[in-house]
Amino acid sequence: MFLTDEQQAILNGSQGETMAKVWKTLVMYGDTFGADKMVPVTSEYNHLVTSFGLKMMTPVFDLMQKLIDDGAISQQKFSVDPRPVDKNVPANFLQNFIFNKIMYATQESYESQLKELGLMDDNAFTCACYLDQMGNKPKKGEVLSWAESSAVVYANSVLGARCNRNSGIMDIMGSIAGYVPHFGLLTDEGRKATWIIKVQTTKKPEAQLLGSAIGMKVMEDVPYIYGMDKWLGEELTDEACAYLKDFGAATASNGAVGLYHIHNLTPEAKEQGESLIAEGAQVYVIDDAELQRVQDNYPVMWKNPAAKPKLCFVGCPHMSFQQLVDWTERVEQGLKESGHKKVLVPTVFTTAPAVKAEFEKTEYAARLAATGVILSYICPLMYMNNPLCKAMPVMTSSNKLRTYTTARYYTEDEILEKITKGGN
Amino acid sequence: MKEFKGRVVAPGTVTAEAVVSHGGFNTLASLQGALQFGDKKATCGDQNNPDLHGRELAGKAVCLPQTIGSTTGGLVLYCACAMNRQPACMLFSQPIDSLAAAGSILASVWLPDVQMPVVDSLGEEFLDYVKEGMTVTVKEDGVVVVE
Repeated sequence: MFLTDEQQAILNGSQGETMAKVWKTLVMYGDTFGADKMVPVTSEYNHLVTSFGLKMMTPVFDLMQKLIDDGAISQQKFSVDPRPVDKNVPANFLQNFIFNKIMYATQESYESQLKELGLMDDNAFTCACYLDQMGNKPKKGEVLSWAESSAVVYANSVLGARCNRNSGIMDIMGSIAGYVPHFGLLTDEGRKATWIIKVQTTKKPEAQLLGSAIGMKVMEDVPYIYGMDKWLGEELTDEACAYLKDFGAATASNGAVGLYHIHNLTPEAKEQGESLIAEGAQVYVIDDAELQRVQDNYPVMWKNPAAKPKLCFVGCPHMSFQQLVDWTERVEQGLKESGHKKVLVPTVFTTAPAVKAEFEKTEYAARLAATGVILSYICPLMYMNNPLCKAMPVMTSSNKLRTYTTARYYTEDEILEKITKGGN
Repeated sequence: MKEFKGRVVAPGTVTAEAVVSHGGFNTLASLQGALQFGDKKATCGDQNNPDLHGRELAGKAVCLPQTIGSTTGGLVLYCACAMNRQPACMLFSQPIDSLAAAGSILASVWLPDVQMPVVDSLGEEFLDYVKEGMTVTVKEDGVVVVE
């Protein structure tokens, strides 16, 4: 890879051993993927995936402390993934003990580290930092050093920014150096689609189911998707963006998608159209039967598959403001139809702190609370990652949560039915 | 016995027993439980990976196409290395993905005492040939011997 004299000097130790190691990490990363040069990070803010003071992350905390001690601080402020605990989310005495005294006992000290490294503010904890209320929304063409698979795929696909699927720790390295290696999704060639997806369903496909099907098929490749403009329109409305947020999260967690193009909708597809499709692209047709096949093949990890769900999570990735409003109305309508006053399964909606604050200023907050649904900023994935929660029959509309935990996936309509009308 | 030639991503030599994933290896789903709750054998917890679910990964030659899933994948691999619960080596049939590459590079730069050879681009035939329980030897030049 080409390095300028100044970059080579840093690599050779002109700014100290730790900075040299930061650059060595990035250069090795770039060399592995044939990067030709280092390019400046141009976004205003970074986004990190490591938000949780988990005991298993002690080696990461040690590394972060070394960076702080040696003055290798992020040149950008950053947001970070959601907090792993929230006292408002139902948990029994034992669960609370395990969360606060064992699993996340280092949360407070880790958050102090994050502040020293450049955390935007005390509420910059969400996986959906690009939501308007959070203030970390990169512009088209900007180069990022982000991690968090759902945020990376959204930034690339919906916002037209340029970011590789960086791992945690690699994200902060790019921000400290101010440069990232130029390869993959940062290049025009790397943004070409090697899969053509033809969506031929008879109704609007469930975002997280469609994303799962595509992710499992194309893995880390870039898909160009036909047939979705019919359901989402040709403008990136709030509704379309919320759909793409959930869709992308499923492509990235069920596979390893970092960028998708939607014909007539996403920015590069609108500008460049089918010229984005690489020669020899493979084709995958998705119809109703294919989506059903995908859903039917998800393993049920509950000890008793016929158990009554004890908890329901909606909002992985975090819900948008409009999704909260829509879900409030849907839950109210469902309860009205069933004659119940409150949801029949303890249910948690999760959203970004700033979205939660805005929502709580509206009449909808009281209406949602009246249905019994709890609103939280928690990361449901982190909540679920322990033996006690693993043993609980938890349901979710998130295919990401299903992938990483024992939570059982249902479509949004199925979730609504179960929480407002009951039944297994 | 058969030899395969790949590209060295992280150097080193090792001989270990193979475990084989024919689908993408989800690093977070596979290792998070084991690292969090003190499982020194690093038993694979990924419910969506029938090839590896329940298999020990620490000290094994993990043979796989690529890794998939959360971008915590690289740091999870880094933590496994720092906690000495890493695979003996990781052998990719395809070119390595960015998350696995990050994990192995972070370990090699920041944990100089830890060794986990990584070889990629071994080809589809490698993954067709290698079976669970076979003995795999990784050589310095990226040659992988399966017997």
